[in-house]
Amino acid sequence: MRRYSAFAIAREAARYHQGWERAWASPEPKKSYDAIIVGAGGHGLATAFYLGKNFGITNVAVIEKGWLGGGNTGRNTTIIRSNYLQDASAAIYEKARGLYETMSQDLNYNVMFSPRGVIMLAQTHHEVRGYQRTAHANALQGVKTEFISPARVKEIVPIINLDGPRYPVLGGLWQARGGTARHDAVAWGYARACSDMGMDIIQKTEVTGVRKENGAVVGVETSRGFIGTKKLGIVVAGHSGVLADMAGFRLPIESVALQALVSEPIKPCMDCVVMANTVHGYMSQSDKGEMVIGGGADGYNNYTQRGSFHHIEETVRALVETFPMISRLKQLRQWGGIVDMTGDRSPILSKTPVEGVFINCGWGTGGFKAIPGSGWGFAELMARGYSPLTAEFGLNRFKEGRFIDESVAAGVAH
Amino acid sequence: MSTRLSSGGRLIDRSAARDFTFNGKRLTGYAGDTLASALLANGQTLMGRSFKYHRPRGVVASGAEEPNALMGIGKGSRFEPNQRATTTELFDGLEAESQNHWPSLEFDVGAVNNSLAMFFPAGFYYKTFMFPRPAWKHLFEPIVRHSAGLGKAPKDRDADRYEHFYAFVDVMIVGGGIAGLQAALTAGASGARVLLVEQTAHWGGRAPVDGVEIDGQPADEWIKSALQTLEGMDNVRVRSRTMASGVYDHGYVLAYERLTDHAPEMDGPRHRLWRIRAKQVITATGALERPLSFAGNDIPGVMLASAVRDYVVNWGVSPGDRTVVVTNNDDAYRTALALHGAGLAVPAIVDARATVTGDLPEAARAAGIRVLTGTGIASVKGKKAVTGVTLCAQAGEGAVTDEIACEAVAMSGGWSPVVHLWSHCGGKLTWDADQACFRPDHDRAPTSHDGKPFVTAAGAADGVLGSADALASGSNAAVAVAEALGLSATASAPSANDPAETPMEAVWIMPQGAGPAKRMKMWLDYQNDVKVSDVRLAAQEGYESVEHTKRYTTLGMATDQGKLSNINGLATLASALNDEIPNVGTTTFRPPYTPISMGAIAGEARGDVFQPLRRTPMHAWHEEQGAYMEPVGHWRRPYCYPKAGETHEQAVHREVLATRNSLGLLDASTLGKIIVKGPDAGRFMDMLYTNMMSTLKPGKCRYGLMCNENGFLMDDGVVARIDEDTFLVHTTSGGAEHTHGHMEDWLQCEWWDWKVHTVNVTEQYAQVAVVGPNARKLLEKLGTDMDLSAEALPFMGFATGKIGGFNTRVFRISFSGELSFEIAVPASQGRAFWDALHEAGAEWNATAYGTEALHIMRAEKGFIMIGDETDGTVIPQDLGLGWAISKKKEDYLGKRAQERSHMTDPTRWKLVGLETVDGSVIPDGSYAVASGTNANGQGNTQGRITSTYHSPTLGKGIAMGLVLNGPDRMGEVIEFNKVDGTTVPAKIVNPVFYDPDGEKQNV
Ligand SMILES: Cc1cc2nc3c(=O)[nH]c(=O)nc-3n(C[C@H](O)[C@H](O)[C@H](O)COP(=O)(O)OP(=O)(O)OC[C@H]3O[C@@H](n4cnc5c(N)ncnc54)[C@H](O)[C@@H]3O)c2cc1C
Repeated sequence: MRRYSAFAIAREAARYHQGWERAWASPEPKKSYDAIIVGAGGHGLATAFYLGKNFGITNVAVIEKGWLGGGNTGRNTTIIRSNYLQDASAAIYEKARGLYETMSQDLNYNVMFSPRGVIMLAQTHHEVRGYQRTAHANALQGVKTEFISPARVKEIVPIINLDGPRYPVLGGLWQARGGTARHDAVAWGYARACSDMGMDIIQKTEVTGVRKENGAVVGVETSRGFIGTKKLGIVVAGHSGVLADMAGFRLPIESVALQALVSEPIKPCMDCVVMANTVHGYMSQSDKGEMVIGGGADGYNNYTQRGSFHHIEETVRALVETFPMISRLKQLRQWGGIVDMTGDRSPILSKTPVEGVFINCGWGTGGFKAIPGSGWGFAELMARGYSPLTAEFGLNRFKEGRFIDESVAAGVAH
Repeated sequence: MSTRLSSGGRLIDRSAARDFTFNGKRLTGYAGDTLASALLANGQTLMGRSFKYHRPRGVVASGAEEPNALMGIGKGSRFEPNQRATTTELFDGLEAESQNHWPSLEFDVGAVNNSLAMFFPAGFYYKTFMFPRPAWKHLFEPIVRHSAGLGKAPKDRDADRYEHFYAFVDVMIVGGGIAGLQAALTAGASGARVLLVEQTAHWGGRAPVDGVEIDGQPADEWIKSALQTLEGMDNVRVRSRTMASGVYDHGYVLAYERLTDHAPEMDGPRHRLWRIRAKQVITATGALERPLSFAGNDIPGVMLASAVRDYVVNWGVSPGDRTVVVTNNDDAYRTALALHGAGLAVPAIVDARATVTGDLPEAARAAGIRVLTGTGIASVKGKKAVTGVTLCAQAGEGAVTDEIACEAVAMSGGWSPVVHLWSHCGGKLTWDADQACFRPDHDRAPTSHDGKPFVTAAGAADGVLGSADALASGSNAAVAVAEALGLSATASAPSANDPAETPMEAVWIMPQGAGPAKRMKMWLDYQNDVKVSDVRLAAQEGYESVEHTKRYTTLGMATDQGKLSNINGLATLASALNDEIPNVGTTTFRPPYTPISMGAIAGEARGDVFQPLRRTPMHAWHEEQGAYMEPVGHWRRPYCYPKAGETHEQAVHREVLATRNSLGLLDASTLGKIIVKGPDAGRFMDMLYTNMMSTLKPGKCRYGLMCNENGFLMDDGVVARIDEDTFLVHTTSGGAEHTHGHMEDWLQCEWWDWKVHTVNVTEQYAQVAVVGPNARKLLEKLGTDMDLSAEALPFMGFATGKIGGFNTRVFRISFSGELSFEIAVPASQGRAFWDALHEAGAEWNATAYGTEALHIMRAEKGFIMIGDETDGTVIPQDLGLGWAISKKKEDYLGKRAQERSHMTDPTRWKLVGLETVDGSVIPDGSYAVASGTNANGQGNTQGRITSTYHSPTLGKGIAMGLVLNGPDRMGEVIEFNKVDGTTVPAKIVNPVFYDPDGEKQNV
């Protein structure tokens, strides 16, 4: 792989950029692999990356039915934070956040991780207490957060309206090293690095079946034929239920549409991420200048990648109330992704009833921030059968009632 | 230079001058101008700067597709960035400023990006800015953000109003061109309820500009009479300045009406969002002209041929004295003829096709215009304005054959149907190789709830470009739609003149064999600065999917949403991949069609009416007393009633002590009240609650716990059995709607055959808690026909009767540990009752108390509070509430879940009381630390605080919490963490701090 740098750009400029090589190869699938990952989203690609990097397993294929990064990884609002309440969550999200800090250098691909800070507003006394609880939990988890006053909130976000007549801002939970990153770049950077390690990223190829012998996996049926493997990682977000069905087990997952929107671009006016969970909306400003806005998920299951307008309306209304100046901005674009929701709003990273089949799903509305940590832990689980990062996220927790409930702390969990 | 022609302009009124300013310069236009036409009329061709390279930008289009001429308009609380000059109607006093430049539009420092453009190809930022690590956030990113971003951020709260509007129609027709009008005439005649919307202020679309004649008359005449006919139909509504922005599932359509943008002095809302349920939708949204990709096609003065025609015909504006027309189709000849007709020079029509013989080219030739076939533009000359073009053979690599001086270039690469609305809800497209465009695939239309198609395309939007065909297409669409609605309509369409045309030929790059240096100067996306070379680079680097290309290059992601660039970009990608355009496919079309204001989306819901406000009958009293209110669901409840000079804390303490020592009054009207009635009510209540409710005697109350199916405690409250078939369920204030929904969920989805009916009567009753040692005295003073003595109305009993003349239901329940009566009266009498209690209670210093005093008193008594002691992960067993779980019942919601291994795990944290050693208050949310760290290096814990207060009654800090083996560790001191890393020691005690034997409440 030829390294990217300012120097390389200068060199290429001299020849009309005709010398750049492919970021990732487009190989024909082999007959079999040591490990197969289904789904070339962020989580699938990060898993492959760490299988190679941490465990030297490089005879790996990542099979993607569409184009890599085209699922939720390429549709999310890119909020990165680790100020979670429960220990197991804080551990994996903080691991991920730490890996984001050096991801551009690790991948030699600028993913534009921008630790500009994340504020979660407290707008009821109940929410104040909830975030104070999170701050205390974070203090013991090694996650740096702070409950800040309304005055400090205003200092960080001058465009905010603190004194809304209905839900005045009473403070906020502030994580200074939270922020955003460029979502596509995360997928592309991993894909390039995986391809460089000799892994095959096979796009436009749908997995249509899981072949088993004696209760153990032997390979997958795909739209391009059978491909053998003894280790299969299913990392397909909204379609997890479909893949689990192919493998012959059931998942406690519901798939619903989550939407987001952006405004037309304007000059910089907000340099952090603000989440207002009481009123259901959050906003940040992208490097292009668009205000990136998201809110709640639809209340019914579907696979259409379209959502209902009233969620957009609810979200915009909440944000016009929180940031009155956006009333005179225009909505440029809206879109939706199908998110995989578990009952406790925490992911599943687990062995399954089928030997050799592992599942990584349930990231729901908030898994972008987890990508490197999830890849790290899931690769360890696949390679060694155990990872302290994923230990609590097993499937059996639903049978035992050992939930990791994050909705405890916040209504919306992006 | 562009200028106003001495005559002509079908839309302007030369007798009505309009003054406006542009970048502070005073200019004049006419009523009927757009800001863009007025600027051109004043010779202002430079209108903005592009996003990435800050290249000079002039207007390229004349409508919603405009990517360049974006302005900041208005000032102060009416300032709005990024408004398209082409869709902004001119009015007196309009103030506009151009964007994205510093220090000025003419001289922009950011344009250095342009000279460095060779270092900034698509995706360059992914490849650099990585070292040193902190530099991205602190150095590079701020630079990138500042140079991007287009318009300025508004600073103030919006001074305008917005509203929502609802409509239900049989047929919604989008687009007021001739196809849309004809569709409306046909559909209207069928009797269907029709709504016809047009995004501009004018009807008729392109036909009048294109010289179309309908039924032998100029198109304008037919349009006028069509509109008159439609306005005369009761079943038809027409709306101009209204854009359909999105089509959603099941015929839900959004439209965006701009009411006062063109006349800000008018009263009323600025924008109106129409929320329409349409049984059928006809999209007659026309087509958009495509630019051509030749070197320098972004220099101000290069415009779409149709736009040039619009400026001449509609607004009497010349784009420049000499305009070169460049095309691959016959339509652009209309522009040449229009220019010629206005007395302007057309030095040449450059046509990429080898032979052209259509009526229009012949007419051009006849007019003496030079037609150069098989020819392309090698490059456009000029920097901030076009000064000329060089020509070459289209088939070659660009060797210059000729050079022509000119001020404008009118280009046409063919037409793309506007398929956005067709596509929003799943309509598929098919590639039309003859016209080189995607058009709606009639066999794969969007389908509604019944699986049947509900969107039909008509006219140019369906790829039908000729005017006679477009009229017929409008009528046919309406007939088909009427049939689908079970109505009958007759196809009929007037005749129209259509010249014989030479077929267009797809031209995606000019000249055919242009090399890399030329491709770096061919713009696809003018606003985002995406060039042919960028798309090819994306393909070369493996970003082959159209979505990858779009994201890697930002093609089509500008504020025009790729209206001009998408198809050209796809074609470029296809050619780079050696593939066919239809195989490459399109990106997804998503609402809105053109950007709509956030204000319109939010509607009227802002400020005080941001959300519905629920008021108890006593709400006004609380406000009169200056209560400090807190939101509880949609209610606002008094947190406390501070007197002059009192802090909130002091007020709360006063309220607690007054209640404990004498008499307190709480407005408890927000308490949820749900009637559960029917022969199966008892059975249903047994399933809802962990307790046995079916055995409750009429006239009695019982405290009950409600769990969800995962076993977690979700609500608690007192249930009163009114009679054999009727229960009155009290829920928490915040939980009433949720609980009612929960009941209905089970009744409707699982136990639909049970004879039970539920009604939420929360707002039908006002409720007051009369609390304290003097509570009974107060009620007796008011006079009652009930016996309120401890014997006749014991704790957990209730009675119905009169108090002080009010009809009441009196519950002997207590959440404070004091003698307490909760009294319900009809809501209409709530305020009078409340006043009567205060008046009569004056002798005992009756004190209104708020939610905080309520919380403290319940914590002093060790009563749990839903939302404090519970958080969705706590089961009743954790809270020592095992006594409220019936052992006799076979089942209740949550029972099975509570038997799971983790739920019965003896190491679950259990409820205890906690007291600091020094009487201080433990911080809210604190965790009890344990020694060591876990496998992930996090500090171990052994419990947490759930409620913590300073108790005014006891004069010290008290807390409740969940602690590992807590109830077995009474007296032990454990450490609670603070956010600063230190800890507070606290002793584990019984959670009932006050009156553990209940002597005060059972009197
Ligand atoms: C609107 C929106 C906003 C969000 N905002 C945030 C946020 O701000 N912060 C945050 O942290 N998270 C956010 N999220 C959540 C986040 O996007 C996801 O949790 C995360 O991207 C999931 O990544 P993934 O790799 O698991 O799934 P995906 O990226 O969806 O990848 C799964 C892949 O599997 C492929 N696949 C499916 N079936 C098959 C098959 N049979 N064969 C082969 N391939 C298959 C799919 O095509 C897809 O590419 C948001 C999500 C949405 C929709």
